Amino acid sequence: MKTKPKANSAKETDAKPVVHWKLRLYVAGQTPKSLVAFANLKRICEDHLKGRYTIEVIDLVETPRLAKDDQILAIPTLVRRLPEPVRKIIGDLSNTERVLVGLDLIPAPRTSA
Amino acid sequence: MKHNKPKNVNRKPRPRPSLPKAPTGIQGLDELTGGGLPQGRPTLLCGSSGCGKTLLAMEFLVRGAVDFGEPGLFMAFEETTGELARNFASLGHNLKALVAQKKLALEFVHIERSELAETGGYDLEGLFIRLGHAIDSIGAKRVVIDTVETLFSGLSNTAILRAELRRLFRWLKKKGITAIITGERGETSLTRYGLEEYVADCVILLDHRVEGQMATRRLRIVKYRGSTHGTSEYPFLIDEGGISILPITSMGLNHAASTERVSSGIPRLDAMMGSRGYYRGSSVLASGSAGTGKTSLAAYFVQGAIARGERCLWFAFEESSSQIIRNMRSIGIDLEPGVRRGTLLFHAERPTTCGLEMHLVTIHKLVNQFRPRVVVIDPITNFAMIGNEVEVKAMLTRLIDFFKMQQITALFTSITAGETLTEYADLGMASLMDTWLMLRDVINGAERNRVLHILKSRGMAHSNQVREFLLTDHGAELRDVYAGPSGVLLTGSARAALEAQEKAQALVRKQEIEGKNRELDRKQQAMEAHIAVLRAEFEIEQVEATKTIGQDQTRAGVLVGDRVQMARLRQSDAGTTGKTRRHK
Repeated sequence: MKTKPKANSAKETDAKPVVHWKLRLYVAGQTPKSLVAFANLKRICEDHLKGRYTIEVIDLVETPRLAKDDQILAIPTLVRRLPEPVRKIIGDLSNTERVLVGLDLIPAPRTSA
Repeated sequence: MKHNKPKNVNRKPRPRPSLPKAPTGIQGLDELTGGGLPQGRPTLLCGSSGCGKTLLAMEFLVRGAVDFGEPGLFMAFEETTGELARNFASLGHNLKALVAQKKLALEFVHIERSELAETGGYDLEGLFIRLGHAIDSIGAKRVVIDTVETLFSGLSNTAILRAELRRLFRWLKKKGITAIITGERGETSLTRYGLEEYVADCVILLDHRVEGQMATRRLRIVKYRGSTHGTSEYPFLIDEGGISILPITSMGLNHAASTERVSSGIPRLDAMMGSRGYYRGSSVLASGSAGTGKTSLAAYFVQGAIARGERCLWFAFEESSSQIIRNMRSIGIDLEPGVRRGTLLFHAERPTTCGLEMHLVTIHKLVNQFRPRVVVIDPITNFAMIGNEVEVKAMLTRLIDFFKMQQITALFTSITAGETLTEYADLGMASLMDTWLMLRDVINGAERNRVLHILKSRGMAHSNQVREFLLTDHGAELRDVYAGPSGVLLTGSARAALEAQEKAQALVRKQEIEGKNRELDRKQQAMEAHIAVLRAEFEIEQVEATKTIGQDQTRAGVLVGDRVQMARLRQSDAGTTGKTRRHK
């Protein structure tokens, strides 16, 4: 449904092979929490993955089957489908640092409380 | 609101608007709960790991789907659907077939903390959607969530979790789902995360305790709002037929008492019980120390029953069946034909192979299959190895009730320790038994001998005598015992010696009597001889006397004649007078 492909700006600063990120955000209806999550996600992606990510928003109210198939419990849940391995992040993504760690965009803090 | 607490105390006949209940179909549980779990409400099933929560919950669903037409959903947090299907296949449930028939749905909820990073506020709407979808897909009326507490290990925000769980239970209730929520037993509370706070309607606690290296499963209904329920702990067991709980209350003391009598297999023992033996359907306890002939007593009883064409079931907890058969042959009992013909069944097992209630259920099952009229349990004391006195007594109470309801005459043997008066404390079962035979060793004169007496026998006249119990190669004999001079029992060779002694004494006495008789005879003869002599003397005297009297008379006559003659000669007139006088 609400797919927001943003795949361009191909030339990156690094010479690394360009990895395209496929992200899925599971929500349940247009709740404030899901809206916040989507806004947070978009901001983070724009900041860190500009031009090489796809966000797919899945509303479980409309496709409840996927709650089972994708093992979704918490809402909202963000799933990094690509690059492998699959990673799951739950919550409204308001803690940016945790999101970045969760998405493996920055290394996990060594000894954080 | 009327305040009628006192009335509730003796909650007997008052028919109350009964809570709708969803029958579990689990043997015993419906009796305990008065019909099942609260319909349309969640029930908390808690217990430590491995106590049978998952199994009980699954059985609730399977029975609901198969027996009561209520489709069920099993939401598993710990086992995958494949694992579930495999595990329950071993218990005889074909989950896959039920799933294919849309009677059952299995859902595996996978939670792994390492996969989850929490980045802000969330709820568990995904779980709700999933549940709702699964429920709707098969029209589930029953739901099991096993174990919802896994969420706590997967998600760190307990505040959110608690709120969501509260919402979950409300949501289930609103949907009218009869649910079982399982929870791990906590250290101090019923569940580790205090789920009992949210589930207020019915809480069932399962327990799996190990005592004396034997594990026993128990079930207790901690609370059941709006319904009466059994409050004790009830042992339950898991076998290939699923869960069975055997509440004592499901039995009762309303069995019919038979007046029919059955022979004990030993005529003299029957004679001690009014010549007719035990009552049919009674429970007989033969207790005694080791080697006093308890098993033999049982074997005689069984032999007699087989001869009457009755089916016998023998639970041997000490010897193998072939050992019993061999040993009994040595006292002239051949049990083998009965085994071959199928009228006698041995079930030999070490008591320690399983827990008490497993034994109880094994016995129940075998009795229901074999339908015996006579049951031997040899010995019951071995159960003490696997349970404490209270448990064993509870188990035996149930066994006895069960046998009585089936009109089965049951003979229990029991080993007492030593010579002390443990007679009165045999597993505290004195009161349970109808007939109690006490076998004892008596040692005197460097010999050990068996004696038997009837300690009690309800409802019949019975001998108070102690008898010597002899086991010979041609059968059992009960002999009178002799009380020695100081009151000790004389048995065995002492008895034989005494018998011989008495025989000798009797002979002496007989001889004495004969002697006396002879003496008397002789005296009589002497007396008679004496009498004869006297009589002879008398007769002689009599003869003499008669003779003398004759002479005297003759002489007198002569004198008178002489006088007459002389008078005549003197020509006196006295002659006439003299004549008349003489001839008068």
